[in-house]
Amino acid sequence: MAENTPLVEMKNISIAFGGIHAVEDVSIDLHAGEVVALVGHNGAGKSTLIKILSGAYTRDAGTILVNGKEAQISNPRDAKKYGIETIYQTLALADNVDAAANLFLGRELMTTWGTLDDVAMESETRKVMGRLNPRFQRFKEPVSRLSGGQRQSVAIARAIYFDARILIMDEPTAALGPQETAQVSDLVRQLKQEGIGIFLISHDIHDVFDLADRVVVMKNGQVVGTARPGEVTEDDVLGMIILGKCPPGAVPGPGALQMAA
Amino acid sequence: MTDVKSEAASQGAGAAAESAPARFLKATELDTRMLGMLGALAVIWIGFHLLSGGLFLTPRNLWNLSVQSASVAIMSTGMVLVIVTRNIDLSVGSLLGFVGMVMGVTQAEFLPDLLGFGHPATWIIALAAGALLGALIGALQGFIIAYMGVPAFIVTLGGLLVWRGAAWWVTSGRTVAPMDATFRLMGGGPDGAIGAFWSWVVGIVACVALVLMLVHGRRQRRKFNFPLRPLWAEGFLATVGCALILGAIAVANSYPWPSGIVRRYFQAQGLPVPEDAFIAHGIAIPVLIAIGVGVIMTFLANRTRFGRYVFAIGGNPEAAELAGINTRWVVMKIFILMGVLATIAAAISTARLNAATNALGTLDELLVIAAAVIGGTSLGGGVGTIAGAMIGAVLMQSLASGMILLGVDTPLQNIVVGAVLVIAVWLDTVYRKRVKK
Ligand SMILES: Nc1ncnc2c1ncn2[C@@H]1O[C@H](COP(=O)(O)OP(=O)(O)O)[C@@H](O)[C@H]1O
Ligand SMILES: [Mg+2]
Repeated sequence: MAENTPLVEMKNISIAFGGIHAVEDVSIDLHAGEVVALVGHNGAGKSTLIKILSGAYTRDAGTILVNGKEAQISNPRDAKKYGIETIYQTLALADNVDAAANLFLGRELMTTWGTLDDVAMESETRKVMGRLNPRFQRFKEPVSRLSGGQRQSVAIARAIYFDARILIMDEPTAALGPQETAQVSDLVRQLKQEGIGIFLISHDIHDVFDLADRVVVMKNGQVVGTARPGEVTEDDVLGMIILGKCPPGAVPGPGALQMAA
Repeated sequence: MTDVKSEAASQGAGAAAESAPARFLKATELDTRMLGMLGALAVIWIGFHLLSGGLFLTPRNLWNLSVQSASVAIMSTGMVLVIVTRNIDLSVGSLLGFVGMVMGVTQAEFLPDLLGFGHPATWIIALAAGALLGALIGALQGFIIAYMGVPAFIVTLGGLLVWRGAAWWVTSGRTVAPMDATFRLMGGGPDGAIGAFWSWVVGIVACVALVLMLVHGRRQRRKFNFPLRPLWAEGFLATVGCALILGAIAVANSYPWPSGIVRRYFQAQGLPVPEDAFIAHGIAIPVLIAIGVGVIMTFLANRTRFGRYVFAIGGNPEAAELAGINTRWVVMKIFILMGVLATIAAAISTARLNAATNALGTLDELLVIAAAVIGGTSLGGGVGTIAGAMIGAVLMQSLASGMILLGVDTPLQNIVVGAVLVIAVWLDTVYRKRVKK
């Protein structure tokens, strides 16, 4: 396999809701073992863009390539077949059932009789949760009773359990304290080591500079530019987010402020 | 290993502070809500028994109560799934009427012309035709709700009118009777009950199944090192469960056939009629059907993917969709299932009446919804149990029967049932708020 074939390539993606162009002509790519951060103001279109990749939304235009081949993604099941797993900003948990039922939702373990194997699912859940959140004990309770951090770890467990090759994390640390946030950072590094490609959406520029290989800045549904943390400063990236101004070290996108010069 | 230890330790620490009833509930893992309902049922039963001067808790009344509850109980199991997914079905009563009418015409007019009167396959053909029709109507309503996006309330409100009208259309409002002799067994009565011997067999099989389930559950937990129930709690559950099952059988078996039927029974065999002949009814066939439906529906809800998806959709439809569940198809399947259950209820109702009438099942949708809601199904979605709804159906029927026994006028009966429904849901709301804290 060619070293430079990206794991995922999204080309010229557009989607509009009513009259709002939530995502407009966006192209991004991601390589194996790479962390690409998506940053931008609220409403910039980050969640919408990754929801197209995860199959939650159907794009109006554009193509998605996985390993260089065009991928047919029209619902979440399709995306999972390509090894794309997602931690949604809203977590997307069924509040009324327990952690194990959520972790295996849509991919339940079954007994030889064709019935749900709840005991096996709980046992597996205990193993993954033991890795992510060793003090977690509330396996029998509906997830609505769990704390924000515990719910977050259930959502993360669900994404990493099924051997994802492409992981999408939409603000995975929003509900977490500093210690748990550091844990997630460690997890991101570890998954990167394992060769998984990660799209990371975050508001924390420090974290982004710490973890990402590339940073893609979005504004008003468009890409302002792409930069490597070593080649630009945090202030440069803030300038991109706020003003849409692309600094010299970054590759400008269609959304970059056109300098009248 | 450490998991189990720490959990056991925390349990041990907590136990000292807990009261005896709390400890008991924790050890047996019984659902307090369900216990509350059984308690309410007991209060109602004992209350009516005292008020009626000892007429309520008799084998005869309890046996009739069980038969009268069967049809609503069967439909309430499907209504649980409908409501759990944040839908509603207002059409079940009319659906029952229409399917019942079609089954009636099939067996009383259509098949006799085709196969000859009293053909042994009549009942099963009529039932199969009804089930097919029920499933098709359910599929149609489910399709409009799930795929065309029309709210269930509107679709089934339309269905309430459409199917009642359709029932009238089949015979221009004429009542169809009598039903096929075998078909009639589904309605209960002295013939439509399985007798003392088979009732004991059913009871013993049920007890054995209960014990095996407890043993299997314990084995599974041990295999995966999960915390176990204390042995005394397991023993308690087995003993009380079996006692309740066998007690119910004993009641069904102490309700005798009326003396006229006993006399005819012996005369038909050319035997002399014994002086003190006692032939017990045993469990009524409609009750057996209802129990069978309850077991299958509980299995569907708790042990299959379908059931898991039903609850997940109810908890968070968006999350279910994002998890890759084909939520529309699941919703459509629920309405198909509801159609089939309405057919079974229709068979029982027509068989019991020995006729198909245009008014059959009128207002049943409200009883069915009330049974599900009293039984703990939350209209907000995501919460409900099959067993709860069935107990809810028995509770509603107990109120109705008890008031008839006391000679309460029909309008007052409606007022009481309506008030009880509202109070029950209010109590449930209060209970849930307290549990959350
Ligand atoms: N399902 C939807 N229907 C209508 N508008 C939407 C929908 N999802 C997102 N949008 C709009 O698209 C824009 C981008 O939102 P989003 O992708 O959530 O931004 P971000 O994740 O970057 O904060 C916003 O203007 C939002 O209101
Ligand atoms: Mg977002």
